[in-house]
Amino acid sequence: MNDIEAERALLARIHQGDKAACAECIEAHSPGLYRLARRLTPTENDAEEVVQETFLSAFKAIDRFEGHASLSTWLYRIAHNAALMRLRRVEPESVSVDTPALDADAVTVPRQLFDWCCLPESDYDTAEARQELEGAVHALPEKLRAVFVLRELEGLSTEATAAALDLSLEVVKTRLHRARLWLRERLSGYFAERVRVEAS
Amino acid sequence: MTELDCQDVLNHLPAYLEGEAPAELGAALERHLAACPNCHVVVDSLRRTIRHYQALPGPAWSPAARERLYQALDLAEFLDHEP
Repeated sequence: MNDIEAERALLARIHQGDKAACAECIEAHSPGLYRLARRLTPTENDAEEVVQETFLSAFKAIDRFEGHASLSTWLYRIAHNAALMRLRRVEPESVSVDTPALDADAVTVPRQLFDWCCLPESDYDTAEARQELEGAVHALPEKLRAVFVLRELEGLSTEATAAALDLSLEVVKTRLHRARLWLRERLSGYFAERVRVEAS
Repeated sequence: MTELDCQDVLNHLPAYLEGEAPAELGAALERHLAACPNCHVVVDSLRRTIRHYQALPGPAWSPAARERLYQALDLAEFLDHEP
C-alpha cells in the first residue's frame, strides 16, 4: 500500500469513528503541528491549545476533507488558522510592545557584511546559538514566518505551503526569500557581535 | 551574456539558491561572486543561514503535552500504544 492509499485508508477509518485511527493520526502529525504552533504563538500553552483545537476541528470535519491536498497539508492549514485566531484573541496587555527591528521589506538590500564563513561549526551547535535561531524565527514579521516555518523548517514543498496558507506559488517564493534575507541579516549581526565580544 | 552587477545577483538569488537558474545565468552569477567580496559574503552567509535552520531540531512535543492531548480528545486508552 503506498502513502496515498494508506492515508485514504486512515481517513476512512477516522470517518467511521475508529478511535485507534485518530490516535495514529495524532502520532503521525502532532510533532510537526506543535512545531508550527510553537513558532507562531507566544507560549507552550498556546501552542498546545492550537494542536488540540486542530485535531478537534479536523476529526469533526473529516467528512469535508476532499483530498486535493495531503492530510498533512490540511492539518497544517487548520493549525495555522487556529494559531492566527488565537493571536487575534490575545488581550491587549499581553501583546508585546516590542516591534521587530527589521520589517518584512526593509532587508531586501543586505546591509550586514560580516563574514561568518570561518566560524567553527561548534559555534552554531550551542544551546545559546539554537536559542538565537529560534528567537529570530519568533521575531520574523508575521507574514513571513508561517511561510518560512512550513517551507524551510517543516520541509513542505512550495505547492503544499501555498495550499496550507492559501497563497499563490509566487507569494510563497517571495516571502520565503524575504524571510531568508531577514534572518541572514539578523544572524550576521548576532555572530558579528559575538566575535566582537570574544575578541575584547 | 553581459556581466552582472550586485543588484542582478540579488534579483536572481532565489532561482540561484534553488538551483533553478539557467546555465548561462548561473555561470555569470558565479563569475560575479568570485569577483565581488560583498556578494560572496551575502550568498555564503545566506546559504549558511538556510543550512543551520534546516538542521535546527525545533520545539519538542513533550510526553506530558501528548498525554494532555489524548485526555482532551478522549483517547487516553491509546496512550501506551506503540505508534
